[in-house]
Amino acid sequence: MKFGILINEGPFTHQASDTAYRFAVAALVKGHEIMRVFFYNDGVNNANRLSEPQSDDRNLVSLWSELGNKHGIDLVVCVAAALRRGIKDEILADGFRISGLGQLVEAGIEADRMVVFGD
Amino acid sequence: MSKVLHLVNKSPSERNALDSCLRLAQAGHSVLLIEDGVYGALVNTTTAGNIAQRIKEIKFYVLGPDVDARGLGEMPLIEGMGIVDYEGFVDLVTEHHLTQSWL
Amino acid sequence: MEPWEEHEPEVVKRFMYVNRRPPHGTIYALECLEVVLIAAAFDQDVSMVFLDDGVFQLKRGQDTAAIGMKNFSRTYGALDDYDVEKIYVEKESLEARGLTADDLVIPVEVLTTAALREVMAQQDVVISS
Repeated sequence: MKFGILINEGPFTHQASDTAYRFAVAALVKGHEIMRVFFYNDGVNNANRLSEPQSDDRNLVSLWSELGNKHGIDLVVCVAAALRRGIKDEILADGFRISGLGQLVEAGIEADRMVVFGD
Repeated sequence: MSKVLHLVNKSPSERNALDSCLRLAQAGHSVLLIEDGVYGALVNTTTAGNIAQRIKEIKFYVLGPDVDARGLGEMPLIEGMGIVDYEGFVDLVTEHHLTQSWL
Repeated sequence: MEPWEEHEPEVVKRFMYVNRRPPHGTIYALECLEVVLIAAAFDQDVSMVFLDDGVFQLKRGQDTAAIGMKNFSRTYGALDDYDVEKIYVEKESLEARGLTADDLVIPVEVLTTAALREVMAQQDVVISS
């Protein structure tokens, strides 16, 4: 099955991105496709490559990058939400791209299932 | 008939997400408690009755890793509550035609 | 050609945007409205629902001048121009907050819990914020 994922929170204040990541990994293990992960609201902070968690903590920014590259997942950061929060191409982690809200709607149209993770 | 999977990620004593979910959920739907939502699965709480009341017509699940992470692994959960891991979560999403998150 | 024009026109899904939070205290109400205004450009069946504290988003007479934040409550009036016509408000949520449809900035369809329950279960995609 083809999944679309929406993440509305950043990598630290809420568990949302962690849960979404584990969900995505499990879906891939089960042979499903993640056609797009769309990052909205503070979720755009998941794409900030300047983020430096402590060494004994998980690094969701790199986890998403690696997962995206390994499985060809389209990691899309909402441009309007990103600009507000200072997330620009210059600081975008590997594998992410910035695009419009239309990409979220398109994911909803194309995916068999859309799952939203947030606060 | 359409089958909806409802996701609740907030403790019922912090937010009204579970209450609203139960108000709008239909018989035959399922509810998966994740993140802080798993506190709603505990028995002997002031909110447990709300789930117990619907458990014959709605299937309830908790995300096991979130239960364990919060030190609730040894505590009794509401009778009839299913426990799933992340792969079980994925299966639930595929088995229902729509997933609605109660943010 | 715009990206969304590549889609087959017969693929019409029911999208519901669910609002359960009040405005201004957090950004969710504003950013949800921004999504809906974009979503309206796609030829899909779009609806917006306001329940719980989300009904306060539509409260008439909001004046944000003194808090320095954008008064986007005026923008709900533009939804009609964007052909977003299905705007549902849960009757019980209004009543629990001492409000009626007359207190809202735009005309809405007030649905009972039972009616809303049916509408929600018929959706293909539910986006909550």
